[in-house]
Amino acid sequence: MKIRKLFGKILTTLLWSVLTIITLFPIYWMVLVSTRTPVELFGKPDLSPTFLNKIHWKNFTKPFIDGIYSDYLINSIIVATSNALLVTTLALMATYALSRFKLPGSESIFFWTMTNRMAPPAAFMLPLFLLFSTVFKFGDFTLFDTRIGLILLYCVFNLPFAIWLLKGIIDGIPKELDEAMIVDGANIFTIFWKLIIPLAAPGIAVTSLLSFLFAWNEYLLASTLTSVYARTIPTGLSEFVTTTGTNWGTMAAVALVSMIPALLFLFLVQRYIVAGLTFGAVKG
Amino acid sequence: MFSNNRTGWLLLSPTIIILLIMGLVPFFYVLYVGFFKWNPLAVDPSMQFEGFGFNYRRLIFDEVFLASIWRSIKFSVVTLFFELGLGFILALSLLSSFPLKSFFRGVHTLPLVIAPIVVGSIFKLFTVQGLGPLPHLLKDYFGYTLNYGLNADQAFWMIVIMDIWHWTPFVTLTLLAGLSALPQDPYESAKIDGANNFQIFIYITIPMMVPVLIVVIFIRLMDSLKIVDEVWMLTGGGPGYATRFTGIHIWKEVFEKRFYGLGSAMSILYLYITIVICWLLYSVMVSRGKNED
Repeated sequence: MKIRKLFGKILTTLLWSVLTIITLFPIYWMVLVSTRTPVELFGKPDLSPTFLNKIHWKNFTKPFIDGIYSDYLINSIIVATSNALLVTTLALMATYALSRFKLPGSESIFFWTMTNRMAPPAAFMLPLFLLFSTVFKFGDFTLFDTRIGLILLYCVFNLPFAIWLLKGIIDGIPKELDEAMIVDGANIFTIFWKLIIPLAAPGIAVTSLLSFLFAWNEYLLASTLTSVYARTIPTGLSEFVTTTGTNWGTMAAVALVSMIPALLFLFLVQRYIVAGLTFGAVKG
Repeated sequence: MFSNNRTGWLLLSPTIIILLIMGLVPFFYVLYVGFFKWNPLAVDPSMQFEGFGFNYRRLIFDEVFLASIWRSIKFSVVTLFFELGLGFILALSLLSSFPLKSFFRGVHTLPLVIAPIVVGSIFKLFTVQGLGPLPHLLKDYFGYTLNYGLNADQAFWMIVIMDIWHWTPFVTLTLLAGLSALPQDPYESAKIDGANNFQIFIYITIPMMVPVLIVVIFIRLMDSLKIVDEVWMLTGGGPGYATRFTGIHIWKEVFEKRFYGLGSAMSILYLYITIVICWLLYSVMVSRGKNED
């Protein structure tokens, strides 16, 4: 029995080692490509870690310093950060309302917010494109190709899961605490500032990080709703596909840079990512 | 506890307004455009009303569109099958302790936070002819030629493999969360009754996991029916129609051919089919779960 258990342990470790190699190998290759010159990439793939000796920095400087990708990067940062802030603020307000007030129809509102997340973005490409470029218009200003358009749009995808995540947390804060503060003459802002935000801080942090990540990663709608000024990093990545004679090194470098936030946040959100992706239906 | 609901509605209103403008208005707009014949590049670029069913009648006989829907469904079912199987095994293995477990788990989470378009790029760099190591390795060690730019079957299965690489971690982690939350009593009584591990798995673990399985299947199916980004990056929908899933087909019809009216009708049908499939699956699984109780 003991031998069988040991055997099982070895087998499991082996399985996970193979799996880890399968997960990391393509990413490792991307890192290799991003550090090599086109000549070095020619011919039989060399899998040795050449970046330890020499890095072809031009792959990074060409798009991000000489090229337009620094603008894309700034757009991505602005859009994702603003969206995260907006989503967290709105979701906090909405969740508090759904949790503390007996609003008629609040159950259906809750359900309706969720259906927004389920819809395939491809089905909304065309109406959003037409609405952004012709209907949502204030004088000369249209939402098409603006950062504010993307920021507002991503709320549709981020608000539902943010509300789901925060609902569990705010429901967990005892109502008696709110009531005690109201008796002391506190208004709604004081309650938020002194009670809800400090107590829900970890949940708020996770919500904003995941919102940031989803906004940062979104491609399809960003590519159809922007043309020049508001393009984000993912749309920049797809531009490599159509150009003839792709410069693989530059493409790998851009892909690598666009992965940085994901890598930074991975350790922070790892515990909550299941709850985030399943709308809190399964707690991680 | 608050005397009036006005504050509540006030707090809720920004959320409702944004979701109305960005979610509901586009839906009704696409429904509206779907009733018209509209191509801004045509001789007559205006919207023409040709009867409510005009575009939908065309779509019923549009073989390329129907094939793309069938392809999306096939893709979703195939990936779901592999991801569920693999994810369940991995989740079960994570319940026991083994060396470097948290490291392995951390690496396993990595693909989940990578953008789909970046996943597409990673796989493109890894598998493209003349650059990627995969075609070389397959050629040298197995004598197998991988060139999904020309071979339709290889292109389809390449996308399947990419999707498994990307989303199995989600299935693993979700099932693991469900497994760790299961009550221990049934296991103890089963062991006392002399059930073996296989019987315990079939008669205790699986039935107790049904709610979590429903969530996983539901979300995975929704997501893989939506797939666009990775495919667009890796194969661009080709070769031929081999990886032209519904999302990509709509993209091409709308933004390359400028079939606005037809594209809207496609969007509505696509939305409808997604909802129907998930609703069917959901009701089947819920009723089965009830029968077993």
